Amino acid sequence: MKAAVLVFPGSNCDRDLERAFRNAGFKVEMVWHKDTELPADVDIVGVPGGFSFGDYLRSGAIAARSPIVGALKTHVENGGHAIGICNGFQVLLETGLLPGALMRNAGIRFICKSVELEVATTSSDFTNGYAHGSTATFPVAHHDGNYQATEEIRTALLSEDRIAFRYRSDINGSADRIAGILSKNRRVLGLMPHPERAADPVLGLTDGAVLFNALAAVAADA
Amino acid sequence: MTVTSSECVENGNSMKVRAAIMLKTGVLDPQGEAIRHALGTLGFEGVEGVRQGKIIELDLAETDAKKAEAEVQRMCEALLANTVIESYEVELP
Repeated sequence: MKAAVLVFPGSNCDRDLERAFRNAGFKVEMVWHKDTELPADVDIVGVPGGFSFGDYLRSGAIAARSPIVGALKTHVENGGHAIGICNGFQVLLETGLLPGALMRNAGIRFICKSVELEVATTSSDFTNGYAHGSTATFPVAHHDGNYQATEEIRTALLSEDRIAFRYRSDINGSADRIAGILSKNRRVLGLMPHPERAADPVLGLTDGAVLFNALAAVAADA
Repeated sequence: MTVTSSECVENGNSMKVRAAIMLKTGVLDPQGEAIRHALGTLGFEGVEGVRQGKIIELDLAETDAKKAEAEVQRMCEALLANTVIESYEVELP
């Protein structure tokens, strides 16, 4: 089982993500954004949180045009798994691998706190470890977490059961309280809250470990 | 280079082209709203709406205006604007 964690200038959750994957049993390789290939036999690619390229132009915009992103797209087209967390979610939206956009929080403020999330679907390799209808507490730390998409996309997300996590109460203005969404093939997850910061007892929160353990179970079967 | 106007400037060897990027109509602009409130606080009355966008100024080696416009439009589609939420206009000299 192998995970690759992409690293951009300004990534700051890359080591947390590495640790979360490793705790779940993955071998992890860190991959610099200027590389053009992923390591062989990678099961999942993690796009970490942070402030890649200083959030210049738009959050995630420059990172989404990095050399490594070509390899990420190929990995996803071939049915590989990927997870983008916080800035990583912004990057996945900017690449077009997930639909919609993340805008400035409705209340303008940067939000940094632990929030309760509804696990909106358990039908994915990321969320099948959670009980149906359960909640999970992950930290959020973002300024641009206000998820918006066209009516058409929102309808598709709902009807195709692709909303993975919802905020229990509206914190940033996101449409339908969306905190995380899945790709059409359900193998790409993007979310603003940080499961990797809630995946070790040392950090006080462990709900995120369920997600990484579920991924490890899938990778072990592959 | 001499700048002769606040808009776009053309000289012998290069062309200054601007891309004006705005949130699409109907997309909520929380930053614009905050600016509107602040203007109200300062006593500016009757500001009914504020939208915040960005201007990107490019110095291009291209001297053919039509080609430059097409090129900057491609840049907007590829990177400068997120067309999910933003619209853009290319301003030529």
